[in-house]
Parts: sequence; C-alpha cells; structure tokens
Amino acid sequence: MIERTVAVLAGGLSHEREVSLRSGRRLAAALRAAGSDVREWDVDAALVERLRSDPPDAVAIALHGGEGENGSVQAVLELLGVPFVGTPAHACRRAWDKPTAKAEFARAGLDTPEWVALPHTTFRALGAQTVLDAMVDRLGLPLMLKPDQGGSALGAQVVSERAELPAAMVSCLAYGDTVLAEQFIAGTEVAVSVVEDQDGPRALPPVEVDAEGGIYDYTARYTPGAAVFHTPARLDATTLARLEDTALAAHRLLGLRDVSRMDAVVDGDGRVQILEVNVSPGLTETSLLPLAVSAAGMKLGELYTALVERAVARD
Amino acid sequence: MPQPATPPEPFRTTAPAAAAAAGAPAAARPTERFAARTAGMTASEIRALFAVASRPEVVSLAGGMPNLAALPLDALAVEVADLVARDGQVALQYGSAQGVPALREQICEVMALEGIRADPDDVVVTVGSQMALDLVTRIFCDPGDVVLAEGPSYVGALGSFAAYQARVVHVAMDEHGLVPDLLRDALRTLAAEGTTPKFLYTIPNFHNPAGVTLAVERRAEILDICAAYGVGVVEDNPYGLLGFSGRTYPALRSMDRDVVYLGSFSKTFASGLRVGWALVPPAVRDRLVLAAESATLCPPAFTQMLVMRYLAGHDWRSQIKTFTEAYRDRRDAMLRALETHLPEGCTWNVPDGGFYVWVTVPEGVDTKAMLPRAVTARVAYASGTGFYADGFGSRQLRLSYCYPTPERITEGVRRLARVLEAELDVMRTFGSPSRQSLRGGPQAPSPHTP
Repeated sequence: MIERTVAVLAGGLSHEREVSLRSGRRLAAALRAAGSDVREWDVDAALVERLRSDPPDAVAIALHGGEGENGSVQAVLELLGVPFVGTPAHACRRAWDKPTAKAEFARAGLDTPEWVALPHTTFRALGAQTVLDAMVDRLGLPLMLKPDQGGSALGAQVVSERAELPAAMVSCLAYGDTVLAEQFIAGTEVAVSVVEDQDGPRALPPVEVDAEGGIYDYTARYTPGAAVFHTPARLDATTLARLEDTALAAHRLLGLRDVSRMDAVVDGDGRVQILEVNVSPGLTETSLLPLAVSAAGMKLGELYTALVERAVARD
Repeated sequence: MPQPATPPEPFRTTAPAAAAAAGAPAAARPTERFAARTAGMTASEIRALFAVASRPEVVSLAGGMPNLAALPLDALAVEVADLVARDGQVALQYGSAQGVPALREQICEVMALEGIRADPDDVVVTVGSQMALDLVTRIFCDPGDVVLAEGPSYVGALGSFAAYQARVVHVAMDEHGLVPDLLRDALRTLAAEGTTPKFLYTIPNFHNPAGVTLAVERRAEILDICAAYGVGVVEDNPYGLLGFSGRTYPALRSMDRDVVYLGSFSKTFASGLRVGWALVPPAVRDRLVLAAESATLCPPAFTQMLVMRYLAGHDWRSQIKTFTEAYRDRRDAMLRALETHLPEGCTWNVPDGGFYVWVTVPEGVDTKAMLPRAVTARVAYASGTGFYADGFGSRQLRLSYCYPTPERITEGVRRLARVLEAELDVMRTFGSPSRQSLRGGPQAPSPHTP
C-alpha cells in the first residue's frame, strides 16, 4: 500500500480544545501504526501556509466544537482543494446546529425529543419569566438545557424544578447566545457510529452508556471509569436493529460522509429518540466511536487509513 | 535504593500463571482499583476550558507562571556546562535525602533576609515547596483531621489537604490578612466539638490568591492564639522577597521556632528547577526526611547544585529587584485597567507584592459559570471557588499579572469587562438568579497554565 501523508488537525480555539488534542494524539498514533506519515497541526494562522508548503495527501479532522465541526475548516479545505476525511462543509453546518438537525429529523419522521431553541434576545424582549413558563407548559419538567451548538456536554444540564430554570439559563448562555431546551427523555443512552466503505454507510454496534449517577456530563465523559460502556447495548435485537437503521437514516438525511456518530436515547416505549449527530466523533481513550470500532473487530488506524484512501480517491 | 523490576525467582511467592489456574478472579478494570481518597481527581470542565489559555489569541490572567524573561540565560548556560564538566559525577548521582548540605547553608542565608535564624541541619530540600507541603500534610494529617487555612487559600495546598482527606476550615481575611478574632472564633467552635486542628496553613506575604499581607502587629498574636489551642503553624512564603517597595516582613518562623516554614526558589530564581525547602523543628526533621526519602529518594542533585552556583556566583538580590520591578509595572497596568474598564459593583485589593489581584464581582455573578463566556472572548481568569474547600468564592476571581506584558494585561482586563457586562445583561433578563456551578474535578488552573 502507498504510504500516505496525513495531516491530523486538532486543537483549535473552541471550548473543546483539550478533548480535541486528546483525540488528535490518538488518531495520529493510530494512523502512524497503520503506516501513514502523520503531521499534527493546530488550527491557527499558520495552517493555510502549512497546507500549501507541505501539502498532505489528505487531512483528518480531530477538531471538536466550533470551526472544526461547523463546516468552517471543511470549507477552507474545499477552497484549497485539499482532500479530507469527513463530512462536506455544507452538511457540517446542518448537523452542527442542533435545532436545524432536529428539524430535519422531525421532518423525515425520525423521533427527537420535543424542543424549543431561543436566543437570549428573545427572552429579553418578551420577558424571560413568561417565555420560561410557556416552555415548561409545553415541554414539562425535567428539561434538558444545552447550548444550541457545541459538544462534550459542555453547558448541558438537566433542570428538574421551575425555580432552577433562570439560573440554569444564565449558565447555559455562557456558552453561546441560544439555548436549546428539550423534553428530558428517561431511558437507555446509546451512541451509534456510522462508517462508510465501498459498499456505502454501515452502522457499528451500538454502545450503551451507563454513567455514574445517570448523568453523562463532561466529568463522566472524560474520567476513565466514571461511565461503564456496554457494546453492543443491552437491548433486544429488534431495538438494536432499529438503532442502527436510525443512525444510518440520520447519516444519509443530513448528507454526512465517511464517519459520524448519533447520540440517542431509547425511551420506555423502545423508540429511538435522536439527541444529535456528530460529524467529528471523539477519539479519546474514553470516547464512543473507538469502542464501537473495536467491537466491530476493526482497528481505528485501519479504519481511518481506509477513509484517507476514500478522501484521496474523491479528489 | 532501586530494586530490580522482577524479583529473582526464589523470592517469588505466587507466579501469575499459578494464580490464574487457582481460579483467582479476573482482573477488574484498573479504574475500579482506585483508592477512595482519589475520588475527587476527575476530569474537570473548568480545567478543560483552560486548554485554550496556551494559545496566543487568549490573554491568560489565570495562571501563576513567573516571568523569567529577565533571567541571564547566557550566564546560566555557562554555569550548566561547567557544572556538568566539573562536578558531573556528583550532580548526576543520587544525593542526600535531606538535600545538599552546602545548599542548605545558603538557604539559611536567604531566610535570614526575613529575620529567620536557622540551622542548616533543620532544612529539608524538596522538589518545589509543593512537595514540602505534600510531605508536611502526609506526616501530620490522618483522614478527617482538620487543617485551618485562610479563606481563600492556595489551590495547590487545598489539593494536598484533599489528597490526605484532611478537612479544611477556612478563616477569613481582611485587608491586613488573617483576622485574629476570627481565628480565635474558629478554634473555639472546633474546641467545642472536641476538635483540635493539626495546623494553621498560612501564606502571610502577598497572599495567593488574595494578594494581601498579614500585618506585622498581627503576627505574634496569631502565633499566640495557635499556641494557646495547641495548633501548629505552617508558614508558606514563596512571595516574601517580591515586595514592590523592597520591604520584607518578619517571618512567623522568626518569632517562633516551632513554626514549619516552606520556602521556594520558584519565584526568586526559576520555577522549572523545582527546588524548594522546608525548615522544621528538630523534632519533626527526621520524620520529614524519611517521608521525603520514600517519595523521591532524594531531591535532584543537579538542580540543587545549579541553584548553589547561581546563589554563589550571581547577584541574585539584584535579579530579584529586576523581577519585582517588572511585576510592579504589570500590577500598575492591571490596577489602571481595572479602574478604567470594570463595571460598577466590582472591587479589588491593591497588592504590594506578589502576583495576584483578587476581584469581587457584582452580586449574583458566578465567576465559575461565567468562564466559558470569557474563554469565548479570549480571556482567562481563575474563578474563586477553586480557592475554597467549601464551595465559597463564586463571586470572586483571581487575576494574575505576573506573566503577560502590561499591554496584554490591559487588553485582557478590557475583554473581561465586556464579559462581565454581557453576563450582567443576561442576569438582568433572568432576574439575577442564584447560580449553579459546574461539576467535577479541579476547579482552578494547574500551575503550569500560562
């Protein structure tokens, strides 16, 4: 096989920089072990010059949050004509903005928790308490609050009491200008990764997340041992198949490419409620995609080497 | 002494294969074997947010990294080369667990600047004073023991106390440092429940994070109160020589030989060398040395000998003056910027030395919950709760002026002011609610955050 030069992009200036650096290190090591010549680059003012002066065969994106997931970096790579692993810029933008993605899911008949997304300015203009009351009337309690964009559960919180809501809103709005409020769905939390090969997209075994205390927040995500994972998820075969079908449907619906991860909750009725999809799934030691890859009998380095070949062939 | 990694066959009691064959349980995940006392050492949302502080786009007022720009690196390079060439056989070898004797003599000369008369035999050199703090806690504290500390206190000390499961009781300060009456009250309350704290941990000079200095006239009183209640005193003094007026204050240890004194070359010379020390009463010394030996065998001879050469061959007092002049300029820049830009309702102290300004923000603002907004605006600070063991401090934040240039400090404060305005705006929308805080792990930046 030809030895490819691959630039792994990691870091950036998002709130998830630390997670991204960890994903990047892991991906770089996996690609090297599989025989690639790897450079590890941050996304900064030197990036474009680097891509021009030392052009890699392809770029693999291990950026989380911000420009690495909202399509900005992808758009620049498209402008420069650099092949890259992952979803094209226009589709990233759809997946990245949670309310937009949820609207697409709902329109396509996929289940997603009922929601409302509102910017701070609307609360200020219309009166926060009135709008919050309407929100609770419609969605009930507990509510899940999260920034409309972003990952790693940063800024996400479950609100059980109406009285806690104003403070939770202020905390959430520290991450961005718009809050996504969702009906809280109790159930089994599952992540389903999708990878593409010559036969098209296929779903990897669903990973069930059993977080300490039931809350899969930042601490639970990145503290080894704070969450227990079951691969495949401890669900019946029909539900597992439904999870895989839903992940594939979401992947196709939003025009995702190469690799994605759907986060969902299987509710009490066995329905798959999509929370979000990720175009740049985490690759850290505690992340879900690597678990699914390994459960499918694959190696992360081999998977990404194959995706690099796909990216190069697309060029 | 180092042992071979695999014991010779005759000393092996159970071969791994034999254990497996005997039906021993399959190994649990390594994380299931963690000691309960490490339960707080988790991933932290706050720590993650500091990752961007290393990028030049972000003005970090969060870390406590000394500014080494003024160090004479060329001269030090010559010293390092000469050290290896002449004394390499000693510098690269194991050394004494207590530290190189000649350095301990020089350390006594340094401490004399703050009125301490000490015997080099009572000095234990450590890998930074942080290690001294860890060892002192190790030899004095059982799980559940009470340690008194100023509120707020140094985050690294709180980390050590937590690691040994000590309970921290904070005593408040005012602009003159620890308040004797409040110390007395705390001791009285604890005595009523039958508790005698193991020691008072105090940073008397240019406090981290509060920036204040314990008034000279309070010092003897604090010692008297602790003596009356049978409580030890641990004096942590990394900043004592960094006063902007050049003034030094009499160390608590200069007034009471039972005080455990912690010192460091991290701020007066170079933090990367990790050379600090503890000066302890003779009765404590041997146990501390044994504890140190079990932790590291000995502090690195190489860095100790470099410090020795630096102290003997360079005008280190002038170097400290150069450092403090730079820090004073930076403090001035910060105070000017705070005065100019911060919104109404913010207050702060005026430090006479050290690295830090402690800011109180308008009521209702939770500085920890506001941090993501600051990071988005490309400025970082340390939120106040990290400096308390009891969740207090949500209205406070620590700003460091030690590392960025005056221009960057001004820009950082300007950004912080905009962040505060935006946060206040959102709070007004939602009716100034009382706030929730982020969960998990260390709540302050690590010391190597820029």
